Amino acid sequence: MANVISDETIEYVGILAKLELNDEEKEQAKKDLAEMLDYIDELGELDTTGVEPMSHVFPVNNVFREDVVTNGDDSENILKNAPGEKDNMFLVPKTFD
Amino acid sequence: MAKEYETVIGLEVHVELATKTKIFCGCSTAFGGAPNTHTCPVCTGMPGSLPVLNKQVVEYAMAVGLATNCDITQNCKFDRKNYFYPDNPQNYQISQLYLPICRNGHVDIETESGVKKAVRIHEIHMEEDAGKLVHDEWEDASLVDYNRSGVPLIEIVSEPDMRSAEEVIAYLEKLRQTIQYLGASDCKLQEGSMRADVNLSVREVGTEKFGTRTEMKNLNSFRAIQHAIEGEKNRQIDLIEEGKAVVQETRRWDDNKAESYPMRSKEDAQDYRYFPDPDLVPIHISDEWIERVKAAQPEMAPEKKIRYKEEFDLPDYDIGIITGTKQMADIFEETTAICGNPKKVSNWLMGETLRLMKETGTDPEDLSFSPKHLADLIAMVDKKEINSSVAKEVFEKIFAEDIDPVAYVDEKGLKTVNDEGALRKTIEEIVAANPQSVADFKGGKEKAIGFLVGQTMKAMKGKADPGSVNEILREVLAQQ
Repeated sequence: MANVISDETIEYVGILAKLELNDEEKEQAKKDLAEMLDYIDELGELDTTGVEPMSHVFPVNNVFREDVVTNGDDSENILKNAPGEKDNMFLVPKTFD
Repeated sequence: MAKEYETVIGLEVHVELATKTKIFCGCSTAFGGAPNTHTCPVCTGMPGSLPVLNKQVVEYAMAVGLATNCDITQNCKFDRKNYFYPDNPQNYQISQLYLPICRNGHVDIETESGVKKAVRIHEIHMEEDAGKLVHDEWEDASLVDYNRSGVPLIEIVSEPDMRSAEEVIAYLEKLRQTIQYLGASDCKLQEGSMRADVNLSVREVGTEKFGTRTEMKNLNSFRAIQHAIEGEKNRQIDLIEEGKAVVQETRRWDDNKAESYPMRSKEDAQDYRYFPDPDLVPIHISDEWIERVKAAQPEMAPEKKIRYKEEFDLPDYDIGIITGTKQMADIFEETTAICGNPKKVSNWLMGETLRLMKETGTDPEDLSFSPKHLADLIAMVDKKEINSSVAKEVFEKIFAEDIDPVAYVDEKGLKTVNDEGALRKTIEEIVAANPQSVADFKGGKEKAIGFLVGQTMKAMKGKADPGSVNEILREVLAQQ
Protein backbone atom coordinates (compact mmCIF):
# COMPACT_ATOMS: atom_id res chain seq x y z
CA MET A 1 0.00 0.00 0.00
CA ALA A 2 1.46 3.26 -1.12
CA ASN A 3 -1.05 5.46 0.71
CA VAL A 4 -1.09 5.73 4.49
CA ILE A 5 -4.00 7.37 6.34
CA SER A 6 -2.94 9.00 9.60
CA ASP A 7 -4.92 8.90 12.85
CA GLU A 8 -5.47 12.67 12.57
CA THR A 9 -6.98 12.29 9.10
CA ILE A 10 -9.38 9.57 10.16
CA GLU A 11 -10.42 11.65 13.22
CA TYR A 12 -11.02 14.68 10.99
CA VAL A 13 -12.98 12.74 8.34
CA GLY A 14 -15.06 11.29 11.18
CA ILE A 15 -15.90 14.75 12.49
CA LEU A 16 -16.85 16.01 9.02
CA ALA A 17 -19.08 12.98 8.38
CA LYS A 18 -20.51 13.05 11.93
CA LEU A 19 -19.39 9.43 12.51
CA GLU A 20 -18.16 8.04 15.80
CA LEU A 21 -15.83 5.10 15.22
CA ASN A 22 -14.32 2.81 17.82
CA ASP A 23 -10.62 1.91 17.60
CA GLU A 24 -11.24 -1.23 15.62
CA GLU A 25 -13.46 0.56 13.12
CA LYS A 26 -10.88 3.33 12.79
CA GLU A 27 -8.18 0.86 11.81
CA GLN A 28 -10.49 -0.76 9.26
CA ALA A 29 -11.45 2.63 7.82
CA LYS A 30 -7.79 3.66 7.53
CA LYS A 31 -7.06 0.48 5.60
CA ASP A 32 -10.15 0.86 3.33
CA LEU A 33 -9.45 4.50 2.54
CA ALA A 34 -5.80 3.75 1.76
CA GLU A 35 -6.86 1.00 -0.66
CA MET A 36 -9.31 3.32 -2.37
CA LEU A 37 -6.61 5.95 -2.83
CA ASP A 38 -4.22 3.33 -4.23
CA TYR A 39 -6.89 2.32 -6.73
CA ILE A 40 -7.45 5.95 -7.76
CA ASP A 41 -3.67 6.41 -8.08
CA GLU A 42 -3.69 3.88 -10.91
CA LEU A 43 -5.41 6.58 -13.00
CA GLY A 44 -2.26 8.65 -12.63
CA GLU A 45 -0.44 6.10 -14.77
CA LEU A 46 -2.56 7.04 -17.77
CA ASP A 47 -1.64 9.89 -20.07
CA THR A 48 -4.71 12.20 -19.91
CA THR A 49 -3.23 15.09 -21.86
CA GLY A 50 -6.00 16.74 -23.85
CA VAL A 51 -8.79 14.74 -22.18
CA GLU A 52 -11.61 16.89 -20.80
CA PRO A 53 -12.42 16.21 -17.12
CA MET A 54 -15.60 14.13 -16.96
CA SER A 55 -18.27 14.76 -14.34
CA HIS A 56 -20.86 12.30 -15.57
CA VAL A 57 -20.63 8.86 -17.13
CA PHE A 58 -23.64 9.10 -19.45
CA PRO A 59 -23.47 11.06 -22.72
CA VAL A 60 -26.51 13.09 -21.68
CA ASN A 61 -26.77 16.81 -21.01
CA ASN A 62 -29.37 19.60 -20.77
CA VAL A 63 -32.13 17.79 -18.92
CA PHE A 64 -34.56 20.53 -17.92
CA ARG A 65 -38.03 21.14 -16.49
CA GLU A 66 -40.26 23.96 -17.64
CA ASP A 67 -41.05 26.53 -14.94
CA VAL A 68 -44.56 25.23 -14.18
CA VAL A 69 -45.95 24.45 -10.72
CA THR A 70 -46.76 20.73 -10.55
CA ASN A 71 -46.78 20.13 -6.80
CA GLY A 72 -49.54 21.14 -4.39
CA ASP A 73 -49.70 21.10 -0.61
CA ASP A 74 -48.47 17.66 0.48
CA SER A 75 -47.32 18.78 3.92
CA GLU A 76 -49.30 16.09 5.72
CA ASN A 77 -47.29 13.34 3.99
CA ILE A 78 -44.02 15.28 4.03
CA LEU A 79 -44.26 15.85 7.79
CA LYS A 80 -44.59 12.10 8.36
CA ASN A 81 -40.85 12.02 7.61
CA ALA A 82 -40.08 14.56 10.33
CA PRO A 83 -38.41 13.46 13.58
CA GLY A 84 -41.09 15.52 15.33
CA GLU A 85 -43.78 18.00 14.33
CA LYS A 86 -45.19 21.25 15.69
CA ASP A 87 -47.27 23.94 13.95
CA ASN A 88 -46.81 22.17 10.61
CA MET A 89 -43.03 22.42 11.01
CA PHE A 90 -40.21 19.91 11.48
CA LEU A 91 -39.27 19.79 15.17
CA VAL A 92 -35.50 19.34 15.56
CA PRO A 93 -32.97 19.65 18.40
CA LYS A 94 -32.23 23.26 19.29
CA THR A 95 -29.81 24.75 16.76
CA PHE A 96 -28.04 28.07 16.96
CA ASP A 97 -26.87 30.29 14.14
CA MET B 1 1.87 61.46 11.95
CA ALA B 2 -1.24 59.30 11.99
CA LYS B 3 -1.25 56.51 9.44
CA GLU B 4 -3.74 56.65 6.64
CA TYR B 5 -5.82 53.57 5.93
CA GLU B 6 -7.68 52.33 2.92
CA THR B 7 -10.72 50.02 3.10
CA VAL B 8 -10.85 47.15 0.60
CA ILE B 9 -14.28 45.63 0.05
CA GLY B 10 -15.62 42.75 -2.01
CA LEU B 11 -19.25 41.62 -2.01
CA GLU B 12 -21.10 38.33 -2.25
CA VAL B 13 -24.65 39.10 -3.27
CA HIS B 14 -27.38 36.45 -3.18
CA VAL B 15 -30.43 37.11 -5.33
CA GLU B 16 -33.61 35.01 -5.26
CA LEU B 17 -34.76 34.48 -8.83
CA ALA B 18 -38.33 35.32 -9.85
CA THR B 19 -39.22 31.83 -11.10
CA LYS B 20 -42.63 30.35 -10.37
CA THR B 21 -41.13 27.07 -9.19
CA LYS B 22 -38.09 25.92 -7.25
CA ILE B 23 -34.76 25.16 -8.90
CA PHE B 24 -35.01 21.34 -8.85
CA CYS B 25 -38.72 20.53 -8.32
CA GLY B 26 -42.19 21.72 -9.27
CA CYS B 27 -42.99 23.30 -5.88
CA SER B 28 -44.18 26.90 -5.81
CA THR B 29 -41.80 29.68 -4.76
CA ALA B 30 -44.66 31.97 -3.63
CA PHE B 31 -43.67 33.98 -0.56
CA GLY B 32 -45.63 33.66 2.67
CA GLY B 33 -47.37 30.26 2.33
CA ALA B 34 -48.22 28.32 5.53
CA PRO B 35 -45.16 26.31 6.72
CA ASN B 36 -44.15 23.34 4.56
CA THR B 37 -47.09 23.70 2.17
CA HIS B 38 -44.63 24.23 -0.72
CA THR B 39 -42.54 21.11 -0.21
CA CYS B 40 -42.01 17.70 -1.77
CA PRO B 41 -39.54 14.80 -1.37
CA VAL B 42 -36.94 16.63 -3.53
CA CYS B 43 -36.76 19.89 -1.56
CA THR B 44 -36.93 18.10 1.80
CA GLY B 45 -34.02 15.85 0.77
CA MET B 46 -35.77 12.49 0.93
CA PRO B 47 -33.66 9.48 -0.09
CA GLY B 48 -34.33 8.37 -3.64
CA SER B 49 -35.73 11.69 -4.85
CA LEU B 50 -34.03 13.20 -7.91
CA PRO B 51 -33.56 16.87 -8.84
CA VAL B 52 -34.44 18.13 -12.34
CA LEU B 53 -33.15 21.59 -13.28
CA ASN B 54 -35.60 24.44 -13.96
CA LYS B 55 -34.62 25.86 -17.38
CA GLN B 56 -35.77 29.37 -16.43
CA VAL B 57 -33.08 29.49 -13.72
CA VAL B 58 -30.36 29.03 -16.37
CA GLU B 59 -31.95 31.71 -18.55
CA TYR B 60 -32.19 34.26 -15.72
CA ALA B 61 -28.61 33.56 -14.65
CA MET B 62 -27.43 34.01 -18.25
CA ALA B 63 -29.46 37.22 -18.60
CA VAL B 64 -27.86 38.71 -15.46
CA GLY B 65 -24.41 37.55 -16.61
CA LEU B 66 -24.80 39.10 -20.06
CA ALA B 67 -26.10 42.37 -18.57
CA THR B 68 -23.02 42.52 -16.31
CA ASN B 69 -20.55 41.86 -19.13
CA CYS B 70 -19.67 38.31 -18.08
CA ASP B 71 -18.41 35.41 -20.18
CA ILE B 72 -20.90 32.55 -20.20
CA THR B 73 -19.42 29.17 -19.25
CA GLN B 74 -20.76 27.07 -22.11
CA ASN B 75 -19.98 23.80 -20.35
CA CYS B 76 -21.17 24.15 -16.80
CA LYS B 77 -22.33 21.84 -14.04
CA PHE B 78 -23.47 21.62 -10.44
CA ASP B 79 -21.48 20.57 -7.39
CA ARG B 80 -22.40 19.51 -3.87
CA LYS B 81 -21.33 21.64 -0.92
CA ASN B 82 -21.44 19.37 2.12
CA TYR B 83 -22.40 20.56 5.59
CA PHE B 84 -24.77 19.54 8.38
CA TYR B 85 -27.42 22.01 9.45
CA PRO B 86 -31.17 21.43 9.90
CA ASP B 87 -32.13 24.11 7.34
CA ASN B 88 -30.36 21.96 4.72
CA PRO B 89 -32.23 18.63 4.63
CA GLN B 90 -29.93 16.89 2.10
CA ASN B 91 -26.83 17.61 4.20
CA TYR B 92 -25.45 19.24 1.07
CA GLN B 93 -26.37 22.33 -0.88
CA ILE B 94 -26.42 22.03 -4.65
CA SER B 95 -24.25 24.88 -5.89
CA GLN B 96 -21.52 25.55 -8.47
CA LEU B 97 -17.85 25.63 -7.54
CA TYR B 98 -15.74 24.42 -10.47
CA LEU B 99 -17.63 25.75 -13.49
CA PRO B 100 -19.92 28.66 -12.46
CA ILE B 101 -22.27 29.77 -15.24
CA CYS B 102 -20.83 33.32 -15.57
CA ARG B 103 -17.30 34.66 -15.12
CA ASN B 104 -15.16 37.77 -15.60
CA GLY B 105 -17.77 40.51 -15.77
CA HIS B 106 -17.94 44.10 -14.58
CA VAL B 107 -20.47 46.71 -13.53
CA ASP B 108 -19.89 50.43 -14.11
CA ILE B 109 -20.82 52.52 -11.11
CA GLU B 110 -21.01 56.22 -10.31
CA THR B 111 -21.20 57.32 -6.68
CA GLU B 112 -23.10 60.31 -5.29
CA SER B 113 -19.84 62.23 -4.96
CA GLY B 114 -19.02 61.50 -8.61
CA VAL B 115 -16.50 58.64 -8.43
CA LYS B 116 -16.78 56.58 -11.64
CA LYS B 117 -15.29 53.11 -11.77
CA ALA B 118 -15.82 49.56 -12.93
CA VAL B 119 -16.36 46.91 -10.25
CA ARG B 120 -15.23 43.55 -11.59
CA ILE B 121 -17.38 40.47 -11.14
CA HIS B 122 -15.39 37.34 -10.41
CA GLU B 123 -18.28 34.94 -11.05
CA ILE B 124 -22.01 34.33 -10.83
CA HIS B 125 -23.19 30.86 -9.85
CA MET B 126 -26.56 29.15 -9.46
CA GLU B 127 -27.56 27.42 -6.24
CA GLU B 128 -30.50 26.50 -4.03
CA ASP B 129 -31.71 28.39 -0.97
CA ALA B 130 -32.05 26.72 2.46
CA GLY B 131 -35.11 26.34 4.66
CA LYS B 132 -36.02 28.69 7.50
CA LEU B 133 -35.24 27.88 11.13
CA VAL B 134 -37.47 29.21 13.88
CA HIS B 135 -36.43 28.85 17.49
CA ASP B 136 -39.15 27.51 19.73
CA GLU B 137 -39.02 29.29 23.06
CA TRP B 138 -41.34 26.80 24.76
CA GLU B 139 -39.80 23.47 23.94
CA ASP B 140 -36.08 24.28 23.82
CA ALA B 141 -36.10 23.06 20.24
CA SER B 142 -35.94 24.46 16.73
CA LEU B 143 -38.66 24.34 14.07
CA VAL B 144 -37.98 24.15 10.34
CA ASP B 145 -40.10 25.40 7.45
CA TYR B 146 -38.80 24.07 4.10
CA ASN B 147 -40.92 26.34 1.86
CA ARG B 148 -37.78 28.30 0.97
CA SER B 149 -35.63 25.18 0.58
CA GLY B 150 -34.80 24.86 -3.13
CA VAL B 151 -35.80 28.38 -4.13
CA PRO B 152 -33.32 29.34 -6.88
CA LEU B 153 -30.55 31.78 -6.08
CA ILE B 154 -27.71 33.32 -7.99
CA GLU B 155 -24.66 34.40 -6.04
CA ILE B 156 -22.79 37.31 -7.59
CA VAL B 157 -19.20 37.46 -6.35
CA SER B 158 -17.32 40.70 -6.96
CA GLU B 159 -13.58 41.29 -6.94
CA PRO B 160 -12.29 43.38 -3.98
CA ASP B 161 -12.66 46.56 -6.02
CA MET B 162 -14.65 48.81 -3.69
CA ARG B 163 -13.04 51.28 -1.30
CA SER B 164 -15.95 52.86 0.62
CA ALA B 165 -19.51 52.31 1.81
CA GLU B 166 -20.58 54.80 -0.86
CA GLU B 167 -19.09 52.64 -3.63
CA VAL B 168 -20.72 49.54 -2.15
CA ILE B 169 -24.15 51.20 -2.16
CA ALA B 170 -23.66 52.43 -5.75
CA TYR B 171 -22.67 48.89 -6.82
CA LEU B 172 -25.67 47.30 -5.08
CA GLU B 173 -28.06 49.87 -6.51
CA LYS B 174 -26.70 49.26 -10.00
CA LEU B 175 -27.02 45.48 -9.59
CA ARG B 176 -30.54 45.81 -8.23
CA GLN B 177 -31.58 48.14 -11.05
CA THR B 178 -30.12 45.82 -13.69
CA ILE B 179 -31.72 42.69 -12.25
CA GLN B 180 -35.10 44.38 -11.78
CA TYR B 181 -35.04 45.62 -15.37
CA LEU B 182 -34.37 42.05 -16.49
CA GLY B 183 -37.31 40.85 -14.39
CA ALA B 184 -34.98 38.22 -12.89
CA SER B 185 -35.79 39.19 -9.28
CA ASP B 186 -37.61 41.85 -7.29
CA CYS B 187 -34.42 42.34 -5.21
CA LYS B 188 -36.07 43.32 -1.93
CA LEU B 189 -33.48 43.52 0.82
CA GLN B 190 -36.04 43.56 3.63
CA GLU B 191 -37.75 40.39 2.39
CA GLY B 192 -34.42 38.73 1.75
CA SER B 193 -34.74 38.36 -2.02
CA MET B 194 -31.43 40.27 -2.21
CA ARG B 195 -28.81 39.63 0.50
CA ALA B 196 -25.28 40.98 0.70
CA ASP B 197 -22.27 39.61 2.58
CA VAL B 198 -19.43 42.11 2.92
CA ASN B 199 -15.78 41.01 2.82
CA LEU B 200 -13.67 43.79 4.25
CA SER B 201 -10.03 44.43 5.07
CA VAL B 202 -7.99 47.54 5.71
CA ARG B 203 -4.44 48.36 4.68
CA GLU B 204 -2.15 51.35 4.89
CA VAL B 205 -2.49 53.64 1.90
CA GLY B 206 0.15 52.77 -0.66
CA THR B 207 0.49 49.11 0.41
CA GLU B 208 0.10 46.49 -2.31
CA LYS B 209 -0.74 43.58 -0.05
CA PHE B 210 -4.28 43.08 1.22
CA GLY B 211 -4.91 42.97 4.96
CA THR B 212 -6.68 40.05 6.66
CA ARG B 213 -10.35 40.18 5.79
CA THR B 214 -13.51 39.41 7.70
CA GLU B 215 -16.89 38.49 6.25
CA MET B 216 -20.01 40.17 7.57
CA LYS B 217 -23.49 38.72 7.33
CA ASN B 218 -27.04 39.70 8.28
CA LEU B 219 -27.16 42.98 6.36
CA ASN B 220 -30.73 43.56 5.27
CA SER B 221 -30.86 47.24 4.38
CA PHE B 222 -28.60 49.76 2.68
CA ARG B 223 -28.45 51.57 6.01
CA ALA B 224 -27.24 48.44 7.84
CA ILE B 225 -24.62 47.84 5.12
CA GLN B 226 -23.33 51.38 5.47
CA HIS B 227 -23.17 51.18 9.28
CA ALA B 228 -21.56 47.73 9.22
CA ILE B 229 -18.81 48.90 6.84
CA GLU B 230 -18.02 51.96 8.97
CA GLY B 231 -18.07 49.88 12.15
CA GLU B 232 -15.90 47.06 10.82
CA LYS B 233 -13.39 49.45 9.25
CA ASN B 234 -12.91 51.23 12.58
CA ARG B 235 -12.71 47.95 14.51
CA GLN B 236 -9.94 46.66 12.25
CA ILE B 237 -7.98 49.94 12.30
CA ASP B 238 -8.17 50.00 16.12
CA LEU B 239 -6.80 46.45 16.27
CA ILE B 240 -3.91 47.32 13.94
CA GLU B 241 -3.11 50.53 15.83
CA GLU B 242 -2.98 48.52 19.06
CA GLY B 243 -0.57 46.13 17.39
CA LYS B 244 -3.07 43.26 17.39
CA ALA B 245 -3.93 40.99 14.47
CA VAL B 246 -7.21 40.93 12.59
CA VAL B 247 -8.62 37.38 12.72
CA GLN B 248 -10.09 35.96 9.53
CA GLU B 249 -13.65 35.10 10.55
CA THR B 250 -17.34 35.48 9.79
CA ARG B 251 -19.09 38.14 11.83
CA ARG B 252 -22.74 38.91 12.34
CA TRP B 253 -23.82 42.55 12.28
CA ASP B 254 -26.37 43.68 14.86
CA ASP B 255 -27.83 46.90 13.52
CA ASN B 256 -29.66 47.77 16.75
CA LYS B 257 -26.51 47.58 18.84
CA ALA B 258 -24.42 48.92 15.93
CA GLU B 259 -21.73 46.28 16.48
CA SER B 260 -20.67 42.96 15.06
CA TYR B 261 -19.68 39.75 16.79
CA PRO B 262 -17.99 36.58 15.52
CA MET B 263 -20.35 33.85 14.27
CA ARG B 264 -18.09 30.86 14.41
CA SER B 265 -14.50 30.42 15.42
CA LYS B 266 -11.61 29.40 13.23
CA GLU B 267 -11.39 26.01 14.98
CA ASP B 268 -14.52 24.66 13.29
CA ALA B 269 -13.68 26.30 9.97
CA GLN B 270 -15.82 24.73 7.24
CA ASP B 271 -14.45 22.07 4.96
CA TYR B 272 -17.21 21.67 2.39
CA ARG B 273 -15.68 18.79 0.38
CA TYR B 274 -17.24 19.93 -2.88
CA PHE B 275 -17.68 17.35 -5.61
CA PRO B 276 -19.72 17.18 -8.85
CA ASP B 277 -23.38 16.33 -8.23
CA PRO B 278 -23.96 12.93 -9.87
CA ASP B 279 -27.76 13.48 -9.92
CA LEU B 280 -27.55 16.37 -12.37
CA VAL B 281 -26.22 16.11 -15.91
CA PRO B 282 -23.96 18.83 -17.35
CA ILE B 283 -25.37 21.93 -19.05
CA HIS B 284 -24.18 22.78 -22.55
CA ILE B 285 -25.00 26.33 -23.56
CA SER B 286 -24.83 26.81 -27.32
CA ASP B 287 -23.94 30.07 -29.09
CA GLU B 288 -27.53 30.14 -30.38
CA TRP B 289 -28.93 29.94 -26.86
CA ILE B 290 -26.72 32.84 -25.74
CA GLU B 291 -27.83 34.87 -28.77
CA ARG B 292 -31.50 34.16 -27.98
CA VAL B 293 -31.12 35.36 -24.38
CA LYS B 294 -29.20 38.42 -25.61
CA ALA B 295 -31.91 39.26 -28.13
CA ALA B 296 -34.58 39.02 -25.43
CA GLN B 297 -32.83 41.52 -23.10
CA PRO B 298 -35.13 44.49 -22.47
CA GLU B 299 -34.09 48.13 -22.87
CA MET B 300 -31.96 48.93 -19.81
CA ALA B 301 -31.73 52.20 -17.83
CA PRO B 302 -28.75 53.76 -19.73
CA GLU B 303 -30.48 53.31 -23.12
CA LYS B 304 -33.79 54.49 -21.68
CA LYS B 305 -32.14 57.69 -20.43
CA ILE B 306 -30.92 58.53 -23.92
CA ARG B 307 -34.26 57.75 -25.52
CA TYR B 308 -36.28 59.74 -22.96
CA LYS B 309 -34.07 62.78 -23.57
CA GLU B 310 -34.67 62.61 -27.33
CA GLU B 311 -38.30 61.53 -27.26
CA PHE B 312 -39.77 63.39 -24.29
CA ASP B 313 -37.39 66.30 -23.69
CA LEU B 314 -37.54 66.03 -19.89
CA PRO B 315 -34.96 67.45 -17.45
CA ASP B 316 -31.98 65.11 -16.79
CA TYR B 317 -32.78 64.96 -13.09
CA ASP B 318 -36.34 63.78 -13.75
CA ILE B 319 -35.14 61.22 -16.29
CA GLY B 320 -32.65 59.91 -13.73
CA ILE B 321 -35.37 59.37 -11.11
CA ILE B 322 -37.91 57.87 -13.53
CA THR B 323 -35.51 55.44 -15.18
CA GLY B 324 -33.96 54.66 -11.78
CA THR B 325 -36.35 51.78 -11.25
CA LYS B 326 -38.19 49.63 -13.75
CA GLN B 327 -41.49 50.10 -11.93
CA MET B 328 -41.31 53.91 -12.25
CA ALA B 329 -40.22 53.71 -15.90
CA ASP B 330 -43.04 51.28 -16.72
CA ILE B 331 -45.67 53.51 -15.07
CA PHE B 332 -44.27 56.53 -16.91
CA GLU B 333 -44.26 54.84 -20.31
CA GLU B 334 -47.66 53.21 -20.00
CA THR B 335 -49.35 56.37 -18.69
CA THR B 336 -47.73 58.45 -21.41
CA ALA B 337 -48.88 55.97 -24.05
CA ILE B 338 -52.50 56.45 -22.90
CA CYS B 339 -52.61 60.19 -22.29
CA GLY B 340 -49.93 61.39 -24.71
CA ASN B 341 -48.53 64.00 -22.36
CA PRO B 342 -45.10 62.99 -21.00
CA LYS B 343 -44.54 66.31 -19.21
CA LYS B 344 -47.72 66.01 -17.16
CA VAL B 345 -47.05 62.35 -16.34
CA SER B 346 -43.53 63.24 -15.26
CA ASN B 347 -44.89 66.07 -13.07
CA TRP B 348 -47.23 63.67 -11.28
CA LEU B 349 -44.41 61.19 -10.70
CA MET B 350 -41.80 63.74 -9.64
CA GLY B 351 -44.26 65.71 -7.49
CA GLU B 352 -47.10 63.91 -5.78
CA THR B 353 -45.81 60.36 -6.27
CA LEU B 354 -42.40 61.05 -4.74
CA ARG B 355 -44.01 63.05 -1.94
CA LEU B 356 -46.39 60.22 -1.04
CA MET B 357 -43.63 57.61 -1.36
CA LYS B 358 -41.55 59.56 1.14
CA GLU B 359 -44.48 60.08 3.50
CA THR B 360 -45.54 56.44 3.46
CA GLY B 361 -42.06 54.90 3.18
CA THR B 362 -42.98 53.16 -0.09
CA ASP B 363 -40.19 51.81 -2.28
CA PRO B 364 -40.52 52.36 -6.04
CA GLU B 365 -40.82 48.60 -6.66
CA ASP B 366 -43.93 48.58 -4.44
CA LEU B 367 -45.79 51.21 -6.46
CA SER B 368 -49.03 49.50 -7.38
CA PHE B 369 -51.37 52.01 -9.02
CA SER B 370 -52.39 51.43 -12.60
CA PRO B 371 -51.22 53.77 -15.37
CA LYS B 372 -54.80 53.90 -16.70
CA HIS B 373 -56.00 55.56 -13.49
CA LEU B 374 -53.28 58.20 -13.54
CA ALA B 375 -54.02 58.85 -17.23
CA ASP B 376 -57.75 59.25 -16.47
CA LEU B 377 -56.93 61.70 -13.70
CA ILE B 378 -54.74 63.78 -16.02
CA ALA B 379 -57.53 63.80 -18.61
CA MET B 380 -60.07 65.03 -16.03
CA VAL B 381 -57.79 67.90 -15.04
CA ASP B 382 -57.20 68.76 -18.72
CA LYS B 383 -60.95 68.90 -19.34
CA LYS B 384 -61.32 71.06 -16.22
CA GLU B 385 -63.69 68.49 -14.76
CA ILE B 386 -61.76 68.73 -11.50
CA ASN B 387 -59.41 71.38 -10.22
CA SER B 388 -55.83 70.73 -9.17
CA SER B 389 -56.44 70.52 -5.44
CA VAL B 390 -59.23 67.97 -5.92
CA ALA B 391 -56.91 66.12 -8.32
CA LYS B 392 -54.24 65.85 -5.61
CA GLU B 393 -56.80 64.53 -3.18
CA VAL B 394 -58.00 61.93 -5.71
CA PHE B 395 -54.41 60.96 -6.52
CA GLU B 396 -53.77 60.11 -2.87
CA LYS B 397 -56.57 57.55 -3.22
CA ILE B 398 -55.12 56.22 -6.49
CA PHE B 399 -51.68 55.96 -4.89
CA ALA B 400 -52.97 54.13 -1.81
CA GLU B 401 -55.82 52.00 -3.16
CA ASP B 402 -55.65 52.29 -6.95
CA ILE B 403 -59.23 53.56 -7.11
CA ASP B 404 -60.87 54.44 -10.45
CA PRO B 405 -60.77 58.26 -10.42
CA VAL B 406 -63.76 58.70 -12.76
CA ALA B 407 -66.06 56.61 -10.58
CA TYR B 408 -64.62 58.10 -7.38
CA VAL B 409 -65.13 61.73 -8.46
CA ASP B 410 -68.67 60.89 -9.54
CA GLU B 411 -69.51 59.10 -6.36
CA LYS B 412 -68.08 61.77 -4.05
CA GLY B 413 -69.50 64.62 -6.14
CA LEU B 414 -66.10 66.25 -6.59
CA LYS B 415 -66.66 67.54 -10.11
CA THR B 416 -66.03 71.21 -10.66
CA VAL B 417 -69.25 73.17 -10.85
CA ASN B 418 -69.30 74.56 -14.36
CA ASP B 419 -72.69 76.20 -13.87
CA GLU B 420 -71.63 79.81 -14.42
CA GLY B 421 -74.89 81.21 -13.05
CA ALA B 422 -74.51 79.38 -9.73
CA LEU B 423 -70.86 80.44 -9.48
CA ARG B 424 -71.66 84.07 -10.24
CA LYS B 425 -74.41 84.03 -7.62
CA THR B 426 -72.01 82.69 -4.97
CA ILE B 427 -69.39 85.28 -5.90
CA GLU B 428 -71.88 88.10 -5.63
CA GLU B 429 -72.82 86.91 -2.15
CA ILE B 430 -69.17 86.74 -1.10
CA VAL B 431 -68.50 90.22 -2.45
CA ALA B 432 -71.56 91.60 -0.63
CA ALA B 433 -70.49 89.95 2.62
CA ASN B 434 -66.90 91.29 2.53
CA PRO B 435 -67.03 95.06 1.91
CA GLN B 436 -63.64 95.60 3.60
CA SER B 437 -61.82 93.30 1.15
CA VAL B 438 -63.63 94.91 -1.77
CA ALA B 439 -62.55 98.34 -0.54
CA ASP B 440 -58.95 97.11 -0.09
CA PHE B 441 -58.91 95.74 -3.63
CA LYS B 442 -60.36 98.95 -5.02
CA GLY B 443 -57.75 100.82 -3.04
CA GLY B 444 -55.01 98.99 -4.97
CA LYS B 445 -54.36 96.01 -2.71
CA GLU B 446 -54.12 93.28 -5.34
CA LYS B 447 -53.69 90.69 -2.58
CA ALA B 448 -57.22 91.22 -1.32
CA ILE B 449 -58.57 89.28 -4.28
CA GLY B 450 -56.83 86.17 -3.00
CA PHE B 451 -58.97 86.24 0.13
CA LEU B 452 -62.16 86.57 -1.95
CA VAL B 453 -61.10 83.66 -4.20
CA GLY B 454 -60.46 81.59 -1.09
CA GLN B 455 -63.87 82.43 0.39
CA THR B 456 -65.56 81.52 -2.89
CA MET B 457 -63.72 78.18 -3.12
CA LYS B 458 -64.75 77.46 0.45
CA ALA B 459 -68.38 78.30 -0.29
CA MET B 460 -68.19 76.03 -3.38
CA LYS B 461 -66.67 73.26 -1.21
CA GLY B 462 -63.56 73.31 -3.36
CA LYS B 463 -65.44 72.24 -6.46
CA ALA B 464 -64.84 75.32 -8.61
CA ASP B 465 -62.20 76.04 -11.17
CA PRO B 466 -59.95 78.71 -9.62
CA GLY B 467 -59.36 80.27 -13.06
CA SER B 468 -63.08 80.83 -13.63
CA VAL B 469 -63.56 82.11 -10.08
CA ASN B 470 -60.83 84.65 -10.62
CA GLU B 471 -62.28 85.78 -13.92
CA ILE B 472 -65.87 86.20 -12.74
CA LEU B 473 -64.72 87.80 -9.49
CA ARG B 474 -62.85 90.49 -11.41
CA GLU B 475 -65.93 91.15 -13.54
CA VAL B 476 -68.14 91.47 -10.45
CA LEU B 477 -65.64 93.73 -8.70
CA ALA B 478 -65.41 95.95 -11.78
CA GLN B 479 -69.13 96.53 -11.57
CA GLN B 480 -69.01 97.61 -7.92
